[in-house]
Amino acid sequence: MPLLRSPSKEPLWKDEFSVFTSDERYVTRRQFTKFLTLASLGMFVGNLWILAKSRFTKTQASPTVEVAETGEIPVRGVKLFTYPTPQNHCILIRTSAEEYVAYSQKCTHLSCAVYYSAKEDRLECPCHQGFFSIKDGSVLQGPPPRPLPQITLEKDGARLLAVGVRGS
Amino acid sequence: MANLERSKQRRGLVAIDAAMAVIITLLVVQIWLLNATLETFLAGHKGAVLSAAIFSGIAFLGCLALDFFVTRVDQESGK
Repeated sequence: MPLLRSPSKEPLWKDEFSVFTSDERYVTRRQFTKFLTLASLGMFVGNLWILAKSRFTKTQASPTVEVAETGEIPVRGVKLFTYPTPQNHCILIRTSAEEYVAYSQKCTHLSCAVYYSAKEDRLECPCHQGFFSIKDGSVLQGPPPRPLPQITLEKDGARLLAVGVRGS
Repeated sequence: MANLERSKQRRGLVAIDAAMAVIITLLVVQIWLLNATLETFLAGHKGAVLSAAIFSGIAFLGCLALDFFVTRVDQESGK
């Protein structure tokens, strides 16, 4: 069937709703093929959208923000803060006397807030039992598809500063 | 004469079925590609985004060509 039907041809309803079984087989296949091609176009548009987003979205500036004083939280203790915007909740964990790590609190599965389990020494998402490593935020178990974004920390004397986000 | 027509129609159907199978395969690859690209993009890796878009475009062009092929076979099969 041509893309544009000429007026001299049979009416569309006669062509698309044939009374002959043999013709009907062609019609259903033709329509299904068109549907599949449209779905393929949709996938292509989706990829183009991601490409446009990756090219034209400005990377968020990483401000330097003080998140805690060293010694403010005990070993295996936590402190919640927001970084880089007040909408991005993060969790700071003191893993040893001199070591601190911080991650985004938003689970990469369905965005529930993760919490630190001192008993298991890992970050846990209570919604679907997704567990993350305290060392690098990688997924240990559960449905999360990606590691937690890690907040880069720097020490400035007695102050602990957040200076960037990795893997966001 | 009628036998010839039937045989022509049957061959046309086989060709269309084969084209549909290829389109479905391409579509499955595209779905996987979109999913993988989105995952890597959200994980902060942007290196594969351009190549994924190009491959997806090629797959779409393949689907479009097969769609035209199906239309042509449909027209030529004694309708």
